[in-house]
Amino acid sequence: MTDVLELRDVHRTHGDGANAVQALRGVTLTVRPGELVAIMGPSGSGKSTLLNLAGGLDRPTGGEVLVEGASLGTLSHRRLSAVRRRTIGYVFQDFNLLPSLTAAENVALPLELDGKSIRAARRAALAALTEVDLADLAHRFPDEMSGGQQQRVAIARALVGERRLVLADEPTGALDSQTGEAVLRVLRERVDAGAAGLLVTHEARHAGWADRVIFLRDGVIIDSSGPLGSADDLLERTS
Amino acid sequence: MSIRHGLLALLERGPMYGYQLRAAFEESVGGTWSLNIGQVYTTLSRLERDEFVLPLPENDGGQRPYEITGTGRAELARWFATPIERTDRPRDELAIKLALAMTTPGVDVAAVVQSQRTAGVRALQEYTRLKTRQDKQAQDDLSWLLVLDAMIFQCEAEIRWLDHCEATILRRTRTARPAEQAQTPEPHPVRKEARR
Repeated sequence: MTDVLELRDVHRTHGDGANAVQALRGVTLTVRPGELVAIMGPSGSGKSTLLNLAGGLDRPTGGEVLVEGASLGTLSHRRLSAVRRRTIGYVFQDFNLLPSLTAAENVALPLELDGKSIRAARRAALAALTEVDLADLAHRFPDEMSGGQQQRVAIARALVGERRLVLADEPTGALDSQTGEAVLRVLRERVDAGAAGLLVTHEARHAGWADRVIFLRDGVIIDSSGPLGSADDLLERTS
Repeated sequence: MSIRHGLLALLERGPMYGYQLRAAFEESVGGTWSLNIGQVYTTLSRLERDEFVLPLPENDGGQRPYEITGTGRAELARWFATPIERTDRPRDELAIKLALAMTTPGVDVAAVVQSQRTAGVRALQEYTRLKTRQDKQAQDDLSWLLVLDAMIFQCEAEIRWLDHCEATILRRTRTARPAEQAQTPEPHPVRKEARR
């Protein structure tokens, strides 16, 4: 199965000379379709840098980032923008919804920017909102919705169309535990349906939704955790 | 938690015999705590000795149900009303292990912390998987879901504590280094002045 995301010996240094800060030092990582990978680490460990590089929002100072086999560093500005619009979906902690647009318009926006007709974009937006169980609120503005609902709209926007890579940066940051769980459930379902997901979090409970958890310290992967294999075995040992 | 109170709580629903009690107990805790039938009968005889339960006549199948008594009901009420003392819980092996790691020469404390954290996250992954599976199977099995949530929160608490330990150790190490460097015999002009 082809990896949707691949980081090959990626380095990212901010600044230069005596002020140089090495945010990432030789990170190698792959994410396959149907796989949700969580990145855990303390503040300053390089989590967000990694996510920005994976999403083509930043360029590495060494190594390569590939999305569906295409090395982002070799793409023209126009091609890179197209990959960001069509293939990659972003979910941020602070939702980043446009306040003057309704939920449906927010979700449809990336498709409209990509040249889709308004009608087709709205249809796809409604389907994405249905996926996050918010079809009834499609015509509400962000300030008419709760934090959890806004974040689900943001997820719908990240999933709309044929996005095959979903990147989430602390998507449950400001939400209570129940609402945060609902958001993660939506993300998990989308990944189970075939997308690849990369989730940055400092909350262990949220990382529990991932298939693989990667621990980052000072820009280096120090450990990773795959599932034990059988949940029932774990219960037997607990009892 | 004592099995005694678990069985008393189940008998509050109505009379039950040993195998029924074992099944009901395991159903309540979602299989996280399995009892053998011997434990159930031993506990029942102690409860009978303390007059918390009363044996009823055997049924046609030869099984003897038990019912809770007034004294048993009062004991159950007392148990529910009394918070669990932290001293009733077993000693925290992890805290002791980490304390020893800190003071034992040659032990890589960061590695001890990380291996425990990885194990904790792995357990969290499994519990979360069980939870989603359970959600799909039976929406109404609330008690089991809450037991799972308890395990998830306990795991999370342990990982947060490990994060805290790591950050504290790192901060101490960083502040200790300049202090060590200050002890190196670099003559300090102010000190010389003070000696005069």
